[in-house]
Amino acid sequence: MTWTAVLALAVGTYLVRLAGILLRDKVTLPHRLARLTGLGATALLVALVATAALTEAGGFAGWARPAGVLVGGVAAWLKVPFVLVVVLAAGTTAGLRALGVA
Amino acid sequence: MFILAAMCSARRTALGRGDLRDALALGAAITVVGMSFGALAAAAGVPPLLAVAMSVLVFAGGSQFLAVAVVAAGGAPVAAVAAGQLLNLRHLPFGLAIGDLAGRTLPARLLGAHILIDENVAFARARGTGPRARAAYRACGALLFVGWNAGTVVGLLAGSAVPDPASFGVDAAFPAALLALLLPSLRAPDARRVGLGAAVVALAATPFLPPGLPVLVALLGLLLAGRTEAER
Repeated sequence: MTWTAVLALAVGTYLVRLAGILLRDKVTLPHRLARLTGLGATALLVALVATAALTEAGGFAGWARPAGVLVGGVAAWLKVPFVLVVVLAAGTTAGLRALGVA
Repeated sequence: MFILAAMCSARRTALGRGDLRDALALGAAITVVGMSFGALAAAAGVPPLLAVAMSVLVFAGGSQFLAVAVVAAGGAPVAAVAAGQLLNLRHLPFGLAIGDLAGRTLPARLLGAHILIDENVAFARARGTGPRARAAYRACGALLFVGWNAGTVVGLLAGSAVPDPASFGVDAAFPAALLALLLPSLRAPDARRVGLGAAVVALAATPFLPPGLPVLVALLGLLLAGRTEAER
């Protein structure tokens, strides 16, 4: 890793972040497009949840992680407080791993 | 400092104590991941100052792990930057979606842009579009930033003494937290259709595409958005 690489990634990442935020103002979005940007964020976040819960380096992540996410998801659906959802998910996965489940 | 600032802003704005507690939970989790990033960077021979600069200036965990891994595996720095940048492209549509949640004045936006990460977007969006959501974005972003960087420093110092975060199940905590933040918005039928389509596309694409692209092609889920009554 070099300073040039880190600075390039930092500048590039920042510009990508800022571009979306500023673009939102530059163009007055018609209602239909405004709705699609919101749904687009939902699409990205659900895709992140699915891939982060189930995959690792392009393959299956093993059973412990999706089991923890599932427990957390059910807890959230039952309106368990957010902090507890996070703890339950991590605890389930950690417990399963301690028992030898990958 | 930042935590104090976040707490002060919580008192002045619409941010509830519950919001702050939830943001602290995310901050704690990201600190653990930051520690593992610091430890990995140390093990990969990244100079400590460079690793800290990376966490402060890039502040995008996935791309930092990826870039360090590419270089550690013998890849060129250019390849590391390209891989990290590809992974971070999703922040553009996120920025489009959150708009003024990141701040209403230009200086606020310039600052708000830097703390745009997945968890913060989900956290703020779960609190609507008003003052409370803007306060949540600032407070959660500040806590995540502090946690990530403090974690990085601790990880660099502790090195191999940092336990594998997988043994704490932290890798399950983040998708579960995002899911919890998303659930209310998935009550809308169009969001559910789009989300389901996005998940299927992303999972199907993951074995074949480099990191970052599966989530971007998941935007194809928007094809299932349909039209609202008003648009027909």
